[in-house]
Amino acid sequence: MWQWFHRLGSPRWFYNTSGKWLPWLSVLAAILLSLGVVWGLGFAPQDAKQGNSFRIIYIHVPASFLALAGYYVMAISGAVGLIWKMKLADMVMKSAAPIGAVLTFVALVTGAIWGKPTWGTYWVWDARITSMLVLFFLYLGVIALQYSYTSQDAASKASAVLSLVGMVNIPIIYKSVDWWYTLHQPATIRLTEAPSMHPDMFHPLLVMILGFYCFYAVALILNTRVEILYRERRTRWVQDMVLETPVSEIREGQN
Amino acid sequence: MFQFESLSDFIQMGGHGTYVWAAYLISLLVLIGLVVSPLLRRRKLVQEVIRQQRREAARQKNSDTAQTAP
Repeated sequence: MWQWFHRLGSPRWFYNTSGKWLPWLSVLAAILLSLGVVWGLGFAPQDAKQGNSFRIIYIHVPASFLALAGYYVMAISGAVGLIWKMKLADMVMKSAAPIGAVLTFVALVTGAIWGKPTWGTYWVWDARITSMLVLFFLYLGVIALQYSYTSQDAASKASAVLSLVGMVNIPIIYKSVDWWYTLHQPATIRLTEAPSMHPDMFHPLLVMILGFYCFYAVALILNTRVEILYRERRTRWVQDMVLETPVSEIREGQN
Repeated sequence: MFQFESLSDFIQMGGHGTYVWAAYLISLLVLIGLVVSPLLRRRKLVQEVIRQQRREAARQKNSDTAQTAP
């Protein structure tokens, strides 16, 4: 058990293993996302009340899901890095921050665009929307902290603490639609109940959510691998691996 | 079944076309950026390491010749 834990913490082991997974995950993400987009844009029936503007849901809901799931990834790896001083966890935390920020941005922007035809306004200071904006700023805060220390250890510690403190915001986001009177509609999907959507609309949404999860995994792995290469650039294994890179990549390194 | 009568119908989306397409287009661009940026960073990093290796190899060679020269 502990041997497994130590191996998991080895950046080199992660680099090699994730390299094997990456092509499959990328293909899966591409297939699921293309299928979901075509299905959602062209084949799902239009909404009785909102017409075709509801099709934005196929981006908005998966992006919001991953914005929140990405926060768990960042905060949990931050905690693991703090407690067990695992270097790989610090790298995952650092890589998760910009991806989470971008997905939160996508959720906010698509929500704003959707709001215009549905509510008549791009923005309201509504509980759900405001707490998502706070999430966005938490991500930006972690990114900023990563670059405001000269010592990587201090930067990792500070951003791990910020992301853990920011966890308070997560239940607020989930519950905001129930606790306050808001314009935002209640959750479309709940784990405990049957979806409130018609299956013809719900299936493409499910495909998109799965696609976004795969996409997130691909983006996180890509970012973490670059971070590993950067921090281990002076080690033997990275030096040897670079020596074996294909000629096409080296050519531009000559000048 | 395809929900729209024609291509222009599909693009207009019953008057909501601008919103729907803008949301999808922005998301597409942003997600592409999310994958391309680590790939570019990786390339830059590999080139940097290669340059470093060349410099060190050159220095090694120079010091070797300096020792054998006299």
